[in-house]
Amino acid sequence: MLQAIQQNIDPTAGLPDVKTASEARSLLTVDKVTLRYKTPNLLITATEDVSFSVERSDRFVLLGPSGCGKSTLLKAVGGYMAPVSGSIHINGRPVKKPGADRMMVFQEFDQLLPWKTVLENVMFPLIVARKLPRREAEARAKEYIDKVKLTRATDSYPHTLSGGMKQRVAIARGMAMQPDILLMDEPFAALDALTRRQMQDELLQLWEDTRFTVIFVTHSIAEAIKVSNRILLLSPHPGRVKAEVIDVERARQEDGSAAALERDIHNLLFSESGHRE
Amino acid sequence: MTSPQIILAADVTTNRQHANVAEVEQRLGSLELILGISAVRKTVLIIVLAVIWQVYASYLDNPLLFPTLSDTLTTLYDRFVDGTLPSRIWTTLQVLITGYVAGTVLAAILTILAINTRIGTDFLETMTAMFNPLPAISLLPLALIWFGLGASSLVFVLIHSVLWAVALNTHAGFLGVSRTLRMVGGNYGLTGLSYVMRILVPAAFPSILTGLKIGWAFAWRTLIAAELVFGVSSGQGGLGWFIFENRNLLDIPAVFAGLLTVIIIGLIVENLVFQTIERHTIQKWGMKE
Repeated sequence: MLQAIQQNIDPTAGLPDVKTASEARSLLTVDKVTLRYKTPNLLITATEDVSFSVERSDRFVLLGPSGCGKSTLLKAVGGYMAPVSGSIHINGRPVKKPGADRMMVFQEFDQLLPWKTVLENVMFPLIVARKLPRREAEARAKEYIDKVKLTRATDSYPHTLSGGMKQRVAIARGMAMQPDILLMDEPFAALDALTRRQMQDELLQLWEDTRFTVIFVTHSIAEAIKVSNRILLLSPHPGRVKAEVIDVERARQEDGSAAALERDIHNLLFSESGHRE
Repeated sequence: MTSPQIILAADVTTNRQHANVAEVEQRLGSLELILGISAVRKTVLIIVLAVIWQVYASYLDNPLLFPTLSDTLTTLYDRFVDGTLPSRIWTTLQVLITGYVAGTVLAAILTILAINTRIGTDFLETMTAMFNPLPAISLLPLALIWFGLGASSLVFVLIHSVLWAVALNTHAGFLGVSRTLRMVGGNYGLTGLSYVMRILVPAAFPSILTGLKIGWAFAWRTLIAAELVFGVSSGQGGLGWFIFENRNLLDIPAVFAGLLTVIIIGLIVENLVFQTIERHTIQKWGMKE
Protein backbone atom coordinates (compact mmCIF):
# COMPACT_ATOMS: atom_id res chain seq x y z
CA MET A 1 0.00 0.00 0.00
CA LEU A 2 2.70 2.43 1.06
CA GLN A 3 4.76 1.36 -1.92
CA ALA A 4 1.87 2.15 -4.22
CA ILE A 5 1.44 5.64 -2.80
CA GLN A 6 5.13 6.34 -3.10
CA GLN A 7 5.19 5.33 -6.70
CA ASN A 8 2.12 7.32 -7.41
CA ILE A 9 3.74 10.49 -6.21
CA ASP A 10 7.29 9.85 -7.28
CA PRO A 11 7.90 7.08 -9.81
CA THR A 12 11.64 7.05 -9.16
CA ALA A 13 11.38 6.66 -5.40
CA GLY A 14 11.28 2.89 -5.28
CA LEU A 15 13.58 2.29 -8.22
CA PRO A 16 17.19 3.21 -7.44
CA ASP A 17 18.50 2.01 -10.81
CA VAL A 18 16.43 4.58 -12.71
CA LYS A 19 18.15 7.35 -10.81
CA THR A 20 21.41 7.22 -12.76
CA ALA A 21 19.52 7.53 -16.00
CA SER A 22 17.61 10.61 -14.84
CA GLU A 23 20.70 12.22 -13.32
CA ALA A 24 20.96 14.50 -16.31
CA ARG A 25 17.55 15.97 -15.47
CA SER A 26 17.93 16.54 -11.76
CA LEU A 27 15.48 18.99 -10.27
CA LEU A 28 18.30 21.26 -9.17
CA THR A 29 21.91 21.19 -10.33
CA VAL A 30 24.60 23.34 -8.79
CA ASP A 31 27.69 23.12 -10.94
CA LYS A 32 31.13 24.31 -9.79
CA VAL A 33 29.67 27.35 -8.11
CA THR A 34 31.98 29.96 -6.61
CA LEU A 35 30.33 32.68 -4.57
CA ARG A 36 31.90 35.91 -3.37
CA TYR A 37 30.41 38.81 -1.49
CA LYS A 38 31.72 42.18 -0.41
CA THR A 39 31.88 43.62 3.05
CA PRO A 40 32.84 47.31 3.31
CA ASN A 41 36.55 46.49 3.10
CA LEU A 42 36.86 42.82 2.19
CA LEU A 43 35.97 40.56 -0.70
CA ILE A 44 35.03 37.25 0.85
CA THR A 45 34.95 33.96 -0.98
CA ALA A 46 32.07 32.08 0.58
CA THR A 47 32.15 28.90 -1.49
CA GLU A 48 34.50 27.56 -4.10
CA ASP A 49 33.74 25.01 -6.83
CA VAL A 50 30.75 23.55 -5.07
CA SER A 51 28.72 21.05 -7.08
CA PHE A 52 25.72 19.00 -6.10
CA SER A 53 22.36 18.01 -7.44
CA VAL A 54 19.00 17.61 -5.77
CA GLU A 55 16.40 15.10 -6.92
CA ARG A 56 12.65 15.32 -6.52
CA SER A 57 11.46 14.54 -2.97
CA ASP A 58 14.97 14.82 -1.56
CA ARG A 59 15.45 16.12 1.93
CA PHE A 60 18.83 17.57 1.15
CA VAL A 61 20.84 19.06 4.01
CA LEU A 62 23.75 21.47 3.68
CA LEU A 63 25.83 20.92 6.80
CA GLY A 64 28.99 22.58 7.96
CA PRO A 65 30.53 24.80 10.61
CA SER A 66 29.94 28.55 10.46
CA GLY A 67 31.85 30.14 7.66
CA CYS A 68 31.37 27.29 5.23
CA GLY A 69 29.05 29.37 3.08
CA LYS A 70 26.00 27.14 3.44
CA SER A 71 23.57 30.03 3.91
CA THR A 72 25.22 31.95 1.08
CA LEU A 73 24.85 28.89 -1.11
CA LEU A 74 21.16 28.70 -0.25
CA LYS A 75 20.74 32.40 -1.08
CA ALA A 76 22.36 31.76 -4.45
CA VAL A 77 19.90 28.92 -5.11
CA GLY A 78 17.16 31.33 -4.02
CA GLY A 79 18.40 33.76 -6.67
CA TYR A 80 19.46 36.50 -4.26
CA MET A 81 23.05 36.49 -5.44
CA ALA A 82 24.72 35.46 -8.68
CA PRO A 83 27.69 33.07 -8.69
CA VAL A 84 31.06 34.48 -9.78
CA SER A 85 31.60 31.27 -11.75
CA GLY A 86 29.64 28.08 -12.25
CA SER A 87 25.94 27.72 -12.79
CA ILE A 88 22.74 26.88 -10.97
CA HIS A 89 19.87 25.29 -12.89
CA ILE A 90 16.40 24.41 -11.71
CA ASN A 91 14.34 22.18 -14.00
CA GLY A 92 16.92 22.97 -16.68
CA ARG A 93 16.36 26.73 -16.38
CA PRO A 94 19.20 28.91 -15.07
CA VAL A 95 18.49 30.67 -11.78
CA LYS A 96 18.69 34.42 -12.32
CA LYS A 97 16.49 36.09 -9.74
CA PRO A 98 14.32 35.21 -6.75
CA GLY A 99 11.07 33.54 -7.62
CA ALA A 100 8.13 31.71 -6.15
CA ASP A 101 9.28 28.36 -7.57
CA ARG A 102 11.86 28.39 -4.76
CA MET A 103 10.08 29.42 -1.57
CA MET A 104 12.35 30.39 1.29
CA VAL A 105 11.81 29.72 4.98
CA PHE A 106 14.15 31.87 7.04
CA GLN A 107 15.57 31.54 10.51
CA GLU A 108 14.30 34.93 11.61
CA PHE A 109 10.88 35.19 13.21
CA ASP A 110 10.20 38.49 11.41
CA GLN A 111 9.81 36.74 8.07
CA LEU A 112 6.01 36.89 8.40
CA LEU A 113 4.35 40.12 7.31
CA PRO A 114 3.23 41.60 10.64
CA TRP A 115 0.32 43.50 9.05
CA LYS A 116 -1.35 40.32 7.85
CA THR A 117 -3.06 37.58 9.81
CA VAL A 118 -1.83 34.00 9.60
CA LEU A 119 -4.37 33.24 6.88
CA GLU A 120 -3.52 36.40 4.90
CA ASN A 121 0.19 35.64 5.23
CA VAL A 122 -0.27 32.23 3.66
CA MET A 123 -2.69 33.57 1.03
CA PHE A 124 -0.62 36.59 0.00
CA PRO A 125 2.01 34.83 -2.15
CA LEU A 126 -0.69 32.59 -3.64
CA ILE A 127 -2.48 35.71 -4.85
CA VAL A 128 0.46 37.89 -5.94
CA ALA A 129 2.83 35.22 -7.26
CA ARG A 130 0.56 32.32 -8.24
CA LYS A 131 -2.28 34.64 -9.37
CA LEU A 132 -4.86 32.36 -7.80
CA PRO A 133 -8.37 33.73 -7.37
CA ARG A 134 -9.08 34.80 -3.78
CA ARG A 135 -11.43 31.98 -2.92
CA GLU A 136 -9.11 29.29 -4.22
CA ALA A 137 -6.14 30.86 -2.43
CA GLU A 138 -8.10 30.93 0.81
CA ALA A 139 -9.09 27.28 0.51
CA ARG A 140 -5.54 26.19 -0.18
CA ALA A 141 -4.10 28.40 2.57
CA LYS A 142 -6.55 26.92 5.09
CA GLU A 143 -5.62 23.41 4.03
CA TYR A 144 -1.95 24.02 4.73
CA ILE A 145 -2.63 25.89 7.97
CA ASP A 146 -4.51 22.76 9.07
CA LYS A 147 -1.52 20.65 8.07
CA VAL A 148 0.78 22.58 10.41
CA LYS A 149 -1.87 22.38 13.16
CA LEU A 150 -2.51 26.11 13.41
CA THR A 151 -6.24 26.07 12.66
CA ARG A 152 -6.95 27.87 15.92
CA ALA A 153 -4.58 30.72 15.08
CA THR A 154 -5.88 31.32 11.53
CA ASP A 155 -7.03 34.89 12.22
CA SER A 156 -4.27 35.88 14.65
CA TYR A 157 -1.61 38.42 13.87
CA PRO A 158 1.99 37.14 13.89
CA HIS A 159 3.04 39.17 16.95
CA THR A 160 0.65 37.13 19.09
CA LEU A 161 2.26 33.83 18.10
CA SER A 162 5.18 32.00 19.69
CA GLY A 163 8.41 31.46 17.79
CA GLY A 164 7.53 27.88 16.93
CA MET A 165 4.11 28.90 15.65
CA LYS A 166 5.64 31.63 13.47
CA GLN A 167 8.00 29.10 11.92
CA ARG A 168 5.04 26.79 11.29
CA VAL A 169 3.23 29.60 9.47
CA ALA A 170 6.34 30.22 7.38
CA ILE A 171 6.50 26.52 6.52
CA ALA A 172 2.78 26.46 5.66
CA ARG A 173 3.27 29.55 3.49
CA GLY A 174 6.15 27.91 1.67
CA MET A 175 4.38 24.61 1.19
CA ALA A 176 1.06 26.10 0.11
CA MET A 177 2.84 27.56 -2.89
CA GLN A 178 3.80 24.01 -3.87
CA PRO A 179 7.20 25.22 -5.04
CA ASP A 180 9.69 23.09 -6.92
CA ILE A 181 11.96 23.33 -3.91
CA LEU A 182 11.46 24.58 -0.39
CA LEU A 183 14.61 26.34 0.81
CA MET A 184 14.98 26.33 4.57
CA ASP A 185 17.73 28.45 6.10
CA GLU A 186 18.28 27.14 9.65
CA PRO A 187 14.53 27.41 10.25
CA PHE A 188 14.65 25.93 13.75
CA ALA A 189 17.91 27.46 14.96
CA ALA A 190 16.23 30.24 16.96
CA LEU A 191 13.81 27.88 18.73
CA ASP A 192 14.24 26.32 22.14
CA ALA A 193 15.44 22.72 22.20
CA LEU A 194 12.06 21.13 22.98
CA THR A 195 10.20 23.06 20.30
CA ARG A 196 12.97 22.30 17.83
CA ARG A 197 12.58 18.54 18.29
CA GLN A 198 8.84 18.81 17.91
CA MET A 199 9.23 20.88 14.74
CA GLN A 200 11.65 18.36 13.26
CA ASP A 201 9.12 15.58 13.85
CA GLU A 202 6.34 17.66 12.32
CA LEU A 203 8.46 18.49 9.29
CA LEU A 204 9.09 14.79 8.69
CA GLN A 205 5.37 14.11 9.12
CA LEU A 206 4.57 16.77 6.51
CA TRP A 207 7.14 15.27 4.18
CA GLU A 208 5.51 11.86 4.56
CA ASP A 209 2.21 13.49 3.54
CA THR A 210 3.28 15.44 0.48
CA ARG A 211 6.84 14.38 -0.42
CA PHE A 212 7.98 17.91 -1.16
CA THR A 213 11.59 18.64 -2.09
CA VAL A 214 13.54 20.60 0.48
CA ILE A 215 17.04 21.98 0.93
CA PHE A 216 17.72 22.45 4.59
CA VAL A 217 20.66 24.40 5.98
CA THR A 218 21.81 23.60 9.51
CA HIS A 219 24.90 23.53 11.65
CA SER A 220 23.57 20.79 13.92
CA ILE A 221 24.76 17.33 12.98
CA ALA A 222 21.96 15.67 14.94
CA GLU A 223 19.34 17.79 13.19
CA ALA A 224 20.87 16.98 9.80
CA ILE A 225 20.72 13.24 10.48
CA LYS A 226 17.18 13.47 11.77
CA VAL A 227 15.59 15.39 8.92
CA SER A 228 17.56 14.41 5.83
CA ASN A 229 18.03 11.61 3.39
CA ARG A 230 21.18 13.19 1.92
CA ILE A 231 23.74 15.42 3.59
CA LEU A 232 26.33 17.56 1.86
CA LEU A 233 29.26 18.26 4.20
CA LEU A 234 31.06 21.54 3.61
CA SER A 235 34.41 22.64 4.98
CA PRO A 236 34.92 26.27 5.99
CA HIS A 237 37.03 29.19 4.64
CA PRO A 238 36.12 28.90 1.84
CA GLY A 239 33.23 26.46 1.61
CA ARG A 240 34.20 23.36 -0.33
CA VAL A 241 32.43 20.04 -0.60
CA LYS A 242 34.00 17.63 1.85
CA ALA A 243 31.73 14.64 1.54
CA GLU A 244 28.21 13.60 0.74
CA VAL A 245 26.27 11.25 3.01
CA ILE A 246 23.55 9.27 1.30
CA ASP A 247 20.76 7.03 2.59
CA VAL A 248 20.80 8.95 5.86
CA GLU A 249 17.27 7.78 6.64
CA ARG A 250 18.63 4.30 7.32
CA ALA A 251 20.36 5.58 10.46
CA ARG A 252 18.16 4.63 13.40
CA GLN A 253 17.99 6.13 16.84
CA GLU A 254 17.22 2.75 18.43
CA ASP A 255 20.22 0.64 17.40
CA GLY A 256 22.70 3.50 17.86
CA SER A 257 23.51 3.83 14.17
CA ALA A 258 22.39 7.48 14.21
CA ALA A 259 24.80 8.19 17.07
CA ALA A 260 27.57 6.39 15.20
CA LEU A 261 26.89 8.40 12.05
CA GLU A 262 26.86 11.58 14.10
CA ARG A 263 30.29 10.66 15.50
CA ASP A 264 31.65 9.89 12.04
CA ILE A 265 30.43 13.18 10.62
CA HIS A 266 31.79 15.06 13.59
CA ASN A 267 35.21 13.47 13.15
CA LEU A 268 35.15 14.19 9.45
CA LEU A 269 34.34 17.86 10.02
CA PHE A 270 36.62 18.61 12.95
CA SER A 271 39.38 15.99 13.32
CA GLU A 272 41.49 17.27 10.46
CA SER A 273 44.51 19.01 11.98
CA GLY A 274 44.07 22.67 11.10
CA HIS A 275 42.44 23.77 7.89
CA ARG A 276 44.41 25.12 4.98
CA GLU A 277 43.90 28.72 4.12
CA MET B 1 20.48 -3.00 35.56
CA THR B 2 18.07 -0.18 36.48
CA SER B 3 16.45 2.08 33.90
CA PRO B 4 15.04 5.62 34.33
CA GLN B 5 11.49 5.85 35.62
CA ILE B 6 8.76 8.47 35.15
CA ILE B 7 6.62 9.10 38.24
CA LEU B 8 3.39 10.92 37.37
CA ALA B 9 2.28 13.82 39.59
CA ALA B 10 -0.11 12.75 42.32
CA ASP B 11 -2.51 15.61 41.62
CA VAL B 12 -4.52 14.22 38.74
CA THR B 13 -6.00 17.58 37.63
CA THR B 14 -2.68 18.78 36.22
CA ASN B 15 -2.69 15.79 33.92
CA ARG B 16 -6.19 16.55 32.72
CA GLN B 17 -6.38 19.10 29.91
CA HIS B 18 -8.44 22.30 30.02
CA ALA B 19 -9.71 21.63 33.55
CA ASN B 20 -8.07 24.75 34.94
CA VAL B 21 -8.70 27.30 32.20
CA ALA B 22 -11.06 29.43 34.30
CA GLU B 23 -8.29 30.15 36.80
CA VAL B 24 -5.69 30.89 34.19
CA GLU B 25 -7.67 33.64 32.44
CA GLN B 26 -9.34 36.27 34.63
CA ARG B 27 -10.91 39.56 33.55
CA LEU B 28 -9.43 42.76 34.95
CA GLY B 29 -11.58 44.98 37.20
CA SER B 30 -13.64 47.68 35.45
CA LEU B 31 -11.80 50.59 37.14
CA GLU B 32 -8.50 49.14 35.97
CA LEU B 33 -9.92 48.78 32.46
CA ILE B 34 -11.09 52.42 32.38
CA LEU B 35 -7.80 53.77 33.72
CA GLY B 36 -6.06 51.67 31.10
CA ILE B 37 -7.54 53.90 28.37
CA SER B 38 -5.14 56.79 27.86
CA ALA B 39 -7.92 59.04 26.48
CA VAL B 40 -9.72 58.82 29.84
CA ARG B 41 -6.60 59.71 31.78
CA LYS B 42 -5.89 62.66 29.47
CA THR B 43 -9.48 63.97 29.75
CA VAL B 44 -9.17 63.97 33.54
CA LEU B 45 -5.94 65.95 33.22
CA ILE B 46 -7.60 68.54 30.96
CA ILE B 47 -10.50 68.98 33.38
CA VAL B 48 -8.07 69.62 36.23
CA LEU B 49 -6.23 72.26 34.17
CA ALA B 50 -9.54 73.92 33.24
CA VAL B 51 -10.52 74.22 36.89
CA ILE B 52 -7.15 75.80 37.74
CA TRP B 53 -7.62 78.31 34.87
CA GLN B 54 -11.11 79.30 36.02
CA VAL B 55 -10.09 79.73 39.67
CA TYR B 56 -6.93 81.72 38.89
CA ALA B 57 -8.66 84.05 36.37
CA SER B 58 -11.54 84.76 38.77
CA TYR B 59 -8.99 85.58 41.46
CA LEU B 60 -7.05 87.88 39.04
CA ASP B 61 -10.28 89.55 37.84
CA ASN B 62 -8.73 91.30 34.82
CA PRO B 63 -10.53 90.26 31.59
CA LEU B 64 -8.19 92.41 29.46
CA LEU B 65 -5.15 90.38 30.47
CA PHE B 66 -6.54 86.98 31.37
CA PRO B 67 -10.26 86.24 30.93
CA THR B 68 -11.92 83.41 32.82
CA LEU B 69 -12.61 80.07 31.22
CA SER B 70 -16.36 80.70 31.40
CA ASP B 71 -15.99 84.02 29.52
CA THR B 72 -13.83 82.32 26.93
CA LEU B 73 -16.30 79.49 26.51
CA THR B 74 -19.24 81.90 26.21
CA THR B 75 -17.43 83.88 23.51
CA LEU B 76 -16.47 80.63 21.81
CA TYR B 77 -20.12 79.55 21.82
CA ASP B 78 -21.34 82.95 20.53
CA ARG B 79 -18.82 83.05 17.71
CA PHE B 80 -19.73 79.52 16.76
CA VAL B 81 -23.43 80.30 16.71
CA ASP B 82 -23.06 83.50 14.67
CA GLY B 83 -21.03 81.55 12.10
CA THR B 84 -17.76 83.50 12.35
CA LEU B 85 -15.64 80.72 13.78
CA PRO B 86 -16.93 77.89 11.58
CA SER B 87 -16.17 79.88 8.43
CA ARG B 88 -12.70 80.81 9.76
CA ILE B 89 -12.00 77.18 10.65
CA TRP B 90 -13.16 76.09 7.22
CA THR B 91 -10.86 78.60 5.50
CA THR B 92 -7.91 77.43 7.55
CA LEU B 93 -8.64 73.74 7.08
CA GLN B 94 -9.07 74.10 3.32
CA VAL B 95 -5.62 75.62 2.95
CA LEU B 96 -4.18 73.16 5.43
CA ILE B 97 -5.53 70.06 3.74
CA THR B 98 -4.46 71.27 0.30
CA GLY B 99 -0.92 71.89 1.51
CA TYR B 100 -0.74 68.73 3.58
CA VAL B 101 -1.95 66.44 0.82
CA ALA B 102 0.30 68.09 -1.78
CA GLY B 103 3.31 67.84 0.55
CA THR B 104 2.61 64.18 1.32
CA VAL B 105 2.20 63.27 -2.34
CA LEU B 106 5.47 65.01 -3.22
CA ALA B 107 7.17 63.22 -0.33
CA ALA B 108 5.84 59.89 -1.60
CA ILE B 109 7.18 60.54 -5.10
CA LEU B 110 10.58 61.62 -3.79
CA THR B 111 10.97 58.60 -1.49
CA ILE B 112 9.86 56.11 -4.13
CA LEU B 113 12.47 57.59 -6.48
CA ALA B 114 15.01 57.53 -3.68
CA ILE B 115 14.44 53.87 -2.82
CA ASN B 116 14.70 52.75 -6.44
CA THR B 117 17.61 54.82 -7.74
CA ARG B 118 20.89 55.96 -6.26
CA ILE B 119 20.62 59.46 -7.73
CA GLY B 120 17.18 59.69 -6.13
CA THR B 121 18.67 58.76 -2.76
CA ASP B 122 21.41 61.37 -3.11
CA PHE B 123 18.88 64.01 -4.16
CA LEU B 124 16.53 63.28 -1.27
CA GLU B 125 19.34 63.19 1.29
CA THR B 126 20.83 66.47 0.07
CA MET B 127 17.49 68.23 -0.10
CA THR B 128 16.31 67.08 3.34
CA ALA B 129 19.69 68.00 4.85
CA MET B 130 19.36 71.49 3.35
CA PHE B 131 15.69 72.27 3.85
CA ASN B 132 14.68 70.35 6.96
CA PRO B 133 16.44 72.79 9.33
CA LEU B 134 14.87 75.78 7.53
CA PRO B 135 11.65 76.87 9.29
CA ALA B 136 8.88 76.97 6.73
CA ILE B 137 7.62 80.35 7.93
CA SER B 138 10.91 81.95 6.89
CA LEU B 139 9.99 81.25 3.27
CA LEU B 140 6.79 83.29 3.59
CA PRO B 141 8.27 86.63 2.45
CA LEU B 142 9.70 84.94 -0.62
CA ALA B 143 6.45 83.09 -1.26
CA LEU B 144 4.56 86.38 -1.09
CA ILE B 145 6.76 87.78 -3.87
CA TRP B 146 6.45 84.65 -6.00
CA PHE B 147 2.78 83.85 -5.54
CA GLY B 148 1.33 87.09 -4.21
CA LEU B 149 -0.97 87.49 -1.24
CA GLY B 150 -3.31 84.56 -1.09
CA ALA B 151 -3.86 80.90 -0.54
CA SER B 152 -1.17 79.77 -2.98
CA SER B 153 1.57 81.38 -0.89
CA LEU B 154 0.26 79.60 2.18
CA VAL B 155 0.08 76.29 0.34
CA PHE B 156 3.68 76.72 -0.83
CA VAL B 157 4.87 77.30 2.71
CA LEU B 158 2.79 74.37 3.97
CA ILE B 159 4.23 72.01 1.36
CA HIS B 160 7.68 73.01 2.51
CA SER B 161 6.80 72.31 6.13
CA VAL B 162 5.27 68.88 5.40
CA LEU B 163 7.45 67.55 2.59
CA TRP B 164 10.82 67.18 4.32
CA ALA B 165 9.51 65.78 7.58
CA VAL B 166 7.42 63.13 5.84
CA ALA B 167 10.10 62.29 3.25
CA LEU B 168 12.83 62.02 5.87
CA ASN B 169 10.85 59.67 8.09
CA THR B 170 9.48 57.57 5.23
CA HIS B 171 12.93 57.14 3.74
CA ALA B 172 14.41 56.20 7.10
CA GLY B 173 11.54 53.74 7.57
CA PHE B 174 12.15 52.15 4.16
CA LEU B 175 15.86 51.76 4.93
CA GLY B 176 14.99 50.19 8.28
CA VAL B 177 12.87 47.40 6.79
CA SER B 178 14.57 44.14 7.75
CA ARG B 179 16.59 42.19 5.21
CA THR B 180 14.38 39.18 5.81
CA LEU B 181 11.22 41.03 4.81
CA ARG B 182 12.93 42.43 1.72
CA MET B 183 13.99 38.91 0.75
CA VAL B 184 10.45 37.66 1.35
CA GLY B 185 9.18 40.36 -1.02
CA GLY B 186 11.74 39.32 -3.63
CA ASN B 187 10.76 35.69 -3.12
CA TYR B 188 7.18 36.56 -4.11
CA GLY B 189 8.50 38.10 -7.32
CA LEU B 190 7.47 41.62 -6.28
CA THR B 191 9.44 44.41 -7.92
CA GLY B 192 9.23 48.17 -8.43
CA LEU B 193 6.08 49.92 -7.33
CA SER B 194 4.20 46.81 -6.19
CA TYR B 195 7.19 45.88 -4.00
CA VAL B 196 7.15 49.38 -2.47
CA MET B 197 3.39 49.43 -1.93
CA ARG B 198 2.93 45.85 -0.70
CA ILE B 199 6.08 45.32 1.37
CA LEU B 200 7.97 48.53 2.12
CA VAL B 201 5.06 50.85 2.92
CA PRO B 202 3.32 48.58 5.45
CA ALA B 203 6.64 47.40 6.91
CA ALA B 204 7.79 51.00 7.36
CA PHE B 205 4.37 52.23 8.47
CA PRO B 206 5.39 53.15 12.04
CA SER B 207 8.01 55.57 10.65
CA ILE B 208 5.66 56.86 7.96
CA LEU B 209 2.99 57.58 10.56
CA THR B 210 5.54 59.40 12.73
CA GLY B 211 6.48 61.46 9.68
CA LEU B 212 2.83 62.27 8.96
CA LYS B 213 2.31 63.34 12.58
CA ILE B 214 5.37 65.58 12.61
CA GLY B 215 4.36 66.97 9.22
CA TRP B 216 0.89 67.71 10.54
CA ALA B 217 2.29 69.47 13.61
CA PHE B 218 4.65 71.59 11.49
CA ALA B 219 1.89 72.45 9.03
CA TRP B 220 -0.63 73.45 11.69
CA ARG B 221 1.83 75.74 13.50
CA THR B 222 3.16 77.21 10.29
CA LEU B 223 -0.30 77.97 8.96
CA ILE B 224 -1.55 79.71 12.09
CA ALA B 225 1.67 81.75 12.21
CA ALA B 226 1.42 82.66 8.53
CA GLU B 227 -2.20 83.75 8.91
CA LEU B 228 -1.22 86.06 11.76
CA VAL B 229 0.98 87.87 9.26
CA PHE B 230 -1.46 88.45 6.43
CA GLY B 231 -4.84 86.91 7.02
CA VAL B 232 -6.94 89.67 5.52
CA SER B 233 -5.76 89.14 1.98
CA SER B 234 -6.26 85.40 2.02
CA GLY B 235 -9.92 85.63 1.14
CA GLN B 236 -11.64 86.40 4.39
CA GLY B 237 -8.87 85.10 6.66
CA GLY B 238 -8.58 82.01 8.78
CA LEU B 239 -8.16 81.24 12.46
CA GLY B 240 -4.83 83.02 12.80
CA TRP B 241 -6.33 86.17 11.38
CA PHE B 242 -9.31 85.81 13.73
CA ILE B 243 -6.91 85.91 16.68
CA PHE B 244 -4.96 88.85 15.30
CA GLU B 245 -8.11 90.82 14.44
CA ASN B 246 -9.63 90.42 17.92
CA ARG B 247 -6.39 91.39 19.61
CA ASN B 248 -6.58 94.67 17.67
CA LEU B 249 -10.16 95.11 18.88
CA LEU B 250 -8.98 94.28 22.45
CA ASP B 251 -11.60 91.53 22.55
CA ILE B 252 -9.34 89.30 24.65
CA PRO B 253 -11.94 86.57 25.40
CA ALA B 254 -12.28 86.15 21.63
CA VAL B 255 -8.49 85.90 21.32
CA PHE B 256 -8.59 83.14 23.92
CA ALA B 257 -11.52 81.53 22.13
CA GLY B 258 -9.45 81.53 18.94
CA LEU B 259 -6.45 80.01 20.71
CA LEU B 260 -8.69 77.42 22.31
CA THR B 261 -10.08 76.51 18.90
CA VAL B 262 -6.54 76.07 17.57
CA ILE B 263 -5.76 73.78 20.51
CA ILE B 264 -9.00 71.82 20.17
CA ILE B 265 -8.50 71.17 16.48
CA GLY B 266 -4.91 70.12 17.19
CA LEU B 267 -6.11 67.76 19.92
CA ILE B 268 -8.83 66.28 17.75
CA VAL B 269 -6.41 65.50 14.94
CA GLU B 270 -3.71 64.19 17.27
CA ASN B 271 -5.93 62.18 19.60
CA LEU B 272 -8.76 61.10 17.34
CA VAL B 273 -7.46 60.95 13.78
CA PHE B 274 -3.89 59.79 14.30
CA GLN B 275 -4.58 57.57 17.29
CA THR B 276 -7.44 55.88 15.45
CA ILE B 277 -5.14 55.19 12.52
CA GLU B 278 -2.50 53.95 14.93
CA ARG B 279 -4.90 51.64 16.75
CA HIS B 280 -6.12 50.07 13.53
CA THR B 281 -2.67 49.63 12.06
CA ILE B 282 0.57 49.45 13.98
CA GLN B 283 -0.97 48.62 17.35
CA LYS B 284 -3.04 45.83 15.86
CA TRP B 285 0.01 44.52 14.03
CA GLY B 286 2.21 44.67 17.13
CA MET B 287 4.62 47.05 15.41
CA LYS B 288 4.50 49.86 17.96
CA GLU B 289 7.74 49.72 19.89
